[in-house]
Amino acid sequence: MGMTIAQKILATKAGLSTAEPGEIVEAYPDLVMSHTATWRSVSVMNKIGATKLFDPERLAIVLDHISPAKSEKNAADQQVSRAFARKYGIRKFFDIDSGIAHLVLMEAGHVAPGDLIVGTDSHCTIYGSLGALGTGIGYTEVTSVWLTGKLWMKVPDTFRIVLSGEFAPGVFSKDLMLYLIGTLGADGCSYKSIEFYGDSVVGLSISERMTMANLAMEMGVKCAFFPPDAKTLEYLKNRLKEPDRYHPVYADTDAVYQKKLEVDLAQLEPMIACPHEVQNTKPIGEVVGKKIDQLFLGSCANAKYEDLAIAAQILKGRHIHPSVRLIVTPGSKNILLEAAESGVFKTLLEAGGLFTNPGCGACVGDGGALADGEVCLSTANRNFLGRMGSSKAEIYLCSPATLAASAIRGVISDPREFLQDAWASARGEEA
Amino acid sequence: MKTIIQGKAFKFGDNINSDVIIPGQYLIYIDAERLSQHAFEVLGDDFPAKLRNYQILVAGRNFGCGSAREQAATAIRGLGINAVVASSFSRTFYRNAINDGLPIIECPDLHAAVEEGDDLRIDLAQALIFHRDRHYSFPKLPDSVRGILEMGGLAAYLKTQLTSPPRP
Repeated sequence: MGMTIAQKILATKAGLSTAEPGEIVEAYPDLVMSHTATWRSVSVMNKIGATKLFDPERLAIVLDHISPAKSEKNAADQQVSRAFARKYGIRKFFDIDSGIAHLVLMEAGHVAPGDLIVGTDSHCTIYGSLGALGTGIGYTEVTSVWLTGKLWMKVPDTFRIVLSGEFAPGVFSKDLMLYLIGTLGADGCSYKSIEFYGDSVVGLSISERMTMANLAMEMGVKCAFFPPDAKTLEYLKNRLKEPDRYHPVYADTDAVYQKKLEVDLAQLEPMIACPHEVQNTKPIGEVVGKKIDQLFLGSCANAKYEDLAIAAQILKGRHIHPSVRLIVTPGSKNILLEAAESGVFKTLLEAGGLFTNPGCGACVGDGGALADGEVCLSTANRNFLGRMGSSKAEIYLCSPATLAASAIRGVISDPREFLQDAWASARGEEA
Repeated sequence: MKTIIQGKAFKFGDNINSDVIIPGQYLIYIDAERLSQHAFEVLGDDFPAKLRNYQILVAGRNFGCGSAREQAATAIRGLGINAVVASSFSRTFYRNAINDGLPIIECPDLHAAVEEGDDLRIDLAQALIFHRDRHYSFPKLPDSVRGILEMGGLAAYLKTQLTSPPRP
């Protein structure tokens, strides 16, 4: 019987010829990512008295949450992480200037199709945008992988999601994912792997695929995959350090899927996730007019260059409403550089946006915290109670286009009212 | 780890996420007691203080969804909670609880039957939960992970593993 992508990758990394759903295997990840949580994993290592890593080349450390340090405690924690990286010669170490771990590692060519990647972050599922199996684990388990090189993993069942049609103008991959999360629920894909197929996938940029594999976490997936194609190869060809790192893994034609879903992209409209769960989604028409205090254009879901460019497209020559504040947190330094070179940086600044340093930022309440009764419209992936400050604040989630339109009006607004001819070209720009 | 866990149950609904269990601003701590002081505080009322009167959490579907933060399990343990019984768990919380030494039990039938303050008795060895005049069975943990939980968590387990060479 044929295997899905998750089955194949887990079998390979466990040294097996096959792996069946439900089976527990001992797998050896190619990369173990730890972000700002690194100091916690170091503390576990110290506690148990371990001094030898399985393979320092398999570690990646990115200081992205709460950066630069906001307190003496943060500073001390970061100091621990830097000292650890130096002591063990961790070459894939990225300090506070770099950006969000996921985007930084993909940009730097440390993620290749067929890789197994674990890390201290649930949104590791994003690596599936390049055909890698990415999934989140806790900090103690990271220590375990540092030391032993392996972890137990249950082989998941797989859902096949087939996409047809094209997005209508003003509708984006974020809207598709909010639609799916709302339809399937926060646990609609619990413990599952999902694979995206269909004629429409070819047209999706790597940036859009990243948004989708990232958001898939919000329906409980273990991992999500876009089978590598010409766009994957194009994205990776100048990034992967060794050409033989490109070893795409595809599902067998007779692979068994637990469920098959079909979505016609042309039927979708802009979506909003309302407080305090991502699954609480509504078509934008039901939320239009909701007054906003703060807008956040950031996070590993939607702060890539393409996302910033889409927002800039709408905000060019306009200004945000005087009653709102717009925080822009580019996903990485490279994205900020690209925005600076292309004029997107200037456009967003002139429109009234505030740029912060690349990183996770306000998504986790680090800078841009909300007061009691405030409402934030965000391009991030979570709107949980209290996530951005006050537990009496509300977070709504949307696409970068909806965010930009809403910034102009000061209330949640439909981006299709701001349509321009340039839409198609904005969508076509590189990730 | 005790094989019999008993006490009063506090009941939660579906999709209790890890941001609610322990807000991000407290992830600068890893100590169970310190984390527990802020567990569930975003829910208002007298959380988390009132949870200290209970020994078992009973929850609906997808408990611990969202962030992979391990401190969600640590904070619950710090409250003096000895087990979490849910209709289902998010996979990250499930792993973290095992790695943190917090017993977790998947038992979809219990949630509807339990009311806040009910007495529960959990027999881990027999994989049975006793409630009022009924009992509910649950699937035992796979052997490969039960050892981790029985040792009180992954750090303790890892320490024993390090005495033998890590590489096969």
